[in-house]
Amino acid sequence: MYKIAKENLSALFRLIADSQELYLPVKTAGQVNFAAWSEEAEVALDTLKSVKSPKDAFFPQSEGLYTVRREGKKMKVEPEELKSQDFVVFGMKACDVKGLEVLDNVFLADPIDTFYAARREHGTIVALACHEPEESCFCKVFGVDAADPAADVAAWMIGEDLYWKALTEKGEALTKKVKELLSDADETAVEAEKEAIRGIAEKLPYMNLSLDGWNGDALSEKFDDKLWEELYKPCLACGTCTFVCPTCQCYDIKDYNTGNSVSRYRCWDSCMYSDFTMMAHGNNRTSQMQRFRQRFMHKLVYYPANNDGMYSCVGCGRCVEKCPASLNIVKVIKAFQKQGGER
Amino acid sequence: MQELINRAKEMLDDGTVARVLGWKAGDLPYNPEPAYFEDAESLKDFVYNGFCGANLSKYMIEASKLEGKTLVFLKPCDTYSFNQLIKEHRVDREKAYIIGVGCKGKLDIEKIRAQGIKGIESIEGAEITDDADTLKVQTIYGEKSCAYADAMLERCHVCKGKEHKIYDEQIGESKETKDGERFDEVARIEAMAPAEKFAFFQKELSKCIRCNACRNVCPACSCRKCVFDSNKFDSAQKANVDSFEEKMFHIIRAFHVAGRCTDCGECSRVCPQGIPLHLFNRKFIKDIDELYGEYQAGDDTESKAPLTNYTFEDAEPSIVGKRG
Repeated sequence: MYKIAKENLSALFRLIADSQELYLPVKTAGQVNFAAWSEEAEVALDTLKSVKSPKDAFFPQSEGLYTVRREGKKMKVEPEELKSQDFVVFGMKACDVKGLEVLDNVFLADPIDTFYAARREHGTIVALACHEPEESCFCKVFGVDAADPAADVAAWMIGEDLYWKALTEKGEALTKKVKELLSDADETAVEAEKEAIRGIAEKLPYMNLSLDGWNGDALSEKFDDKLWEELYKPCLACGTCTFVCPTCQCYDIKDYNTGNSVSRYRCWDSCMYSDFTMMAHGNNRTSQMQRFRQRFMHKLVYYPANNDGMYSCVGCGRCVEKCPASLNIVKVIKAFQKQGGER
Repeated sequence: MQELINRAKEMLDDGTVARVLGWKAGDLPYNPEPAYFEDAESLKDFVYNGFCGANLSKYMIEASKLEGKTLVFLKPCDTYSFNQLIKEHRVDREKAYIIGVGCKGKLDIEKIRAQGIKGIESIEGAEITDDADTLKVQTIYGEKSCAYADAMLERCHVCKGKEHKIYDEQIGESKETKDGERFDEVARIEAMAPAEKFAFFQKELSKCIRCNACRNVCPACSCRKCVFDSNKFDSAQKANVDSFEEKMFHIIRAFHVAGRCTDCGECSRVCPQGIPLHLFNRKFIKDIDELYGEYQAGDDTESKAPLTNYTFEDAEPSIVGKRG
């Protein structure tokens, strides 16, 4: 266990950024999102939730795949290069780290997504414990401990110091690089901080939400429930919930005609959108009720069915905070629970 | 609030309306959602307080297609949108029974959070009947307070007025909340040098995540299929790229709603990245006021709109060169 004074964090960031890219929460025009560090960047480590989750660092919202160019009578295919340089993501929270586990199950399973795999291989994560979790948080429901993030390096901001503990080989390697700025510390303060965070979590309204009845076997029962017809109604069919989510992993692939070549790119897709999974014959979900249902069935039923019972929600609460119509996964779970009780 | 519920019950019971469109209490002190109520029993969850910012006029497009009348609660500013939708033949006046509800300014939870208030357990002072100038917020980190005005949505600081532009009956008083001038921010940006102006919008719009919330909540965006949702495009409406094209989405949208936008402020209310999207629309409104005479979309259902009505006094295209 090491520590570094908060006032020396700029020096730490500079040192990391000397040899590799560094992404961390940065405030731009009033909002905090993960972005590349620079001397001018307004680093915002105190912000509990970035607007977008940091999954962009591994699975960007838009990325090129390859470009096809015509050369005489031949076509030349130029694939985008895979990430080959190491980088650090600093300040992810325990829920967001768990979110990567959800993505890993999808992208690192056969067939492996090479773009994602390369970023995972080269990325080192320094995760921060949540000093003051909030009422929209429900990570504990999914087995996440906000007090003790499981990343390459776990860190805690306590008083005037940041405590630092390497948990993996990658974490050890990064620690070695920045060792000159760290000093030895004992775990007393960190243990007390963990206790305090867990104490707060216990008091938060969503933390003890029950997922009773939601599992991979509940397919027909949940799918056919009439409740969806009620729940979806306020939904505006925007993509906010899916785009701020750390676990949503659906993407679309499109071709862009640049005039003298074709660039194939992929971008996040949203099951809330009317052209989601559109095929030649048309669309297999034709109503917003079906699209709305898809999102929650995927997170709480389909994904667990394919991944040994693991849910694809990590309880970060971003959808709770950002939905323009104040809908969210917690309200869906509660509505089913209430109906169950009334039956 | 009880008065609203009682009236809704009456109208459901006597069959005047088939459903009620209002707001349902959330599970946190600040997250009520737009909701339909089809029987008296379900109205127990009805709520109307400072967090009911959602403009229900947009939902009336769909409600107009349903069997029977819908009782809808509209705040003064929402009624402008409803009028505009009537003008555009997007809602059916006959299918709506409008109760104009009083408003004392709507609250923005982001503004409360921005004051460092978190871990919210309860909020006192947000009730519509409260005269409180201060919100008392109970949090797990202790009791906090915040001035009601400091927690209000931007649009309420430049409120268009307490008058409902269309209604069948009115319930409740409204409060004067205006303490700013609608076009001040636009004028401030107009005064910027071109490079400064560009940098301002670049910074704001680079936060856009293409969630389309601004478009989907907008009562003026009522096309059955948006051009940006066409799969014949090379680009995607959902691809977030920090490029000219992404800026074009917002600029094209602003052009498309020009002369029809009532300035209801929903675009800025729902933007997850806090982009002040209303500024684009307000720039157009300001220009229309200056070039064609003062005009407020949604003021009525009959008047001809400046951009779709030719007169000899209209500005010539050369105005662009003259104004720079």
